[in-house]
Amino acid sequence: MNPRINYILKQTIVASAFICASALTYSCQSNSADQTLPILGSREPVERVVDGKTIVDTVYHQIPDFAFTDQDSQRVTQETVAGKIYVTDFFFTTCPSICPKMKSQMLRIYEAYKDNPNVVLLSHTIDPAHDTVAVLKEYADRLNVETAKWHFVTGDRDSIYDMALQYFVGVQEDDQAEGGFAHSGDFMLIDQNRHIRGHYHGTEQEDVDRLIKDMEILLKEQQHEEK
Amino acid sequence: MKKSRFIVGFFGALALITLTQCFTDKQNQGQKLYVQHCLSCHMEDGSGLRGLIPPIAKADYLQTHRDELACLIRNGADGPMVVNGIEYNKEMPGVHTLREDEITNLLNYIQTNFGNNNKRYTMTEVEEMLDICPVPHGK
Repeated sequence: MNPRINYILKQTIVASAFICASALTYSCQSNSADQTLPILGSREPVERVVDGKTIVDTVYHQIPDFAFTDQDSQRVTQETVAGKIYVTDFFFTTCPSICPKMKSQMLRIYEAYKDNPNVVLLSHTIDPAHDTVAVLKEYADRLNVETAKWHFVTGDRDSIYDMALQYFVGVQEDDQAEGGFAHSGDFMLIDQNRHIRGHYHGTEQEDVDRLIKDMEILLKEQQHEEK
Repeated sequence: MKKSRFIVGFFGALALITLTQCFTDKQNQGQKLYVQHCLSCHMEDGSGLRGLIPPIAKADYLQTHRDELACLIRNGADGPMVVNGIEYNKEMPGVHTLREDEITNLLNYIQTNFGNNNKRYTMTEVEEMLDICPVPHGK
């Protein structure tokens, strides 16, 4: 075969493969209407007997009850987020490394959903000794956000660290880390039944874009359940 | 004869590449230092974080406190600071390890990017400023 024709042929095959692949990817993504989010975490089968028959239910990992105090000295518990979806993270106000980036991304979520009563943001401090209610109040005021939508919570140190485990977020006190605490920049998406539905890198704009889209999916699912 | 000319040509080209590489590196040093030391708080676009962290982009402070910026970068800042009419009050950690030439490059990057179009610094100027830094309290 003429080498030039051969070359053109090869190019054509590569190009059409590309188009097919992208068309396929696109068609998958555009199918978002009936998309659902997975439930993250461990699951256990639980058997129960109804009318003499054994039924197996799946029990998913659920965020346990909690009680913290927010920037307005209000108690924030599981009741505060009842029937709502929420995004949660762990930070501290004097954090010099990733927290400002996380907070600037969380602000994007805040702006996107500030008029939606079914969405709440919940930021836990991992430095409760320094981050008192007054410190959190000033922090929130300077971000110019409303308490009812975005709770910055403090509380008992051990309870906060235990909750981080429940959300699968890594936090620890570490003298070697900048600011004295090591923690991940994760944002976790929790549904109205307190199941974890998504995990995102709170310092990366693209991943937070994905979170904002996933919240849309979760809100649709919630509406569907209520009907 | 032909071989030696080839060798000379080869080393000449190598030297030229190394040199230009040097220059491009220097030109980007300010930007690299910004990414390394400033970006996590002042953000990629220099916008800062609402009322918490002041902006660098189009900040009047860069002009009104031009002579203090070298010391600010080296020793950090503490206490209230007004930028574009808004008061901020958050400690900024200094970067004590930066050399005079690095601070000059970083300052020039900041003064001429993020929508800023301010006067550049010479290295002598920065050295003079650093010589008379106020003693950082508590250190």
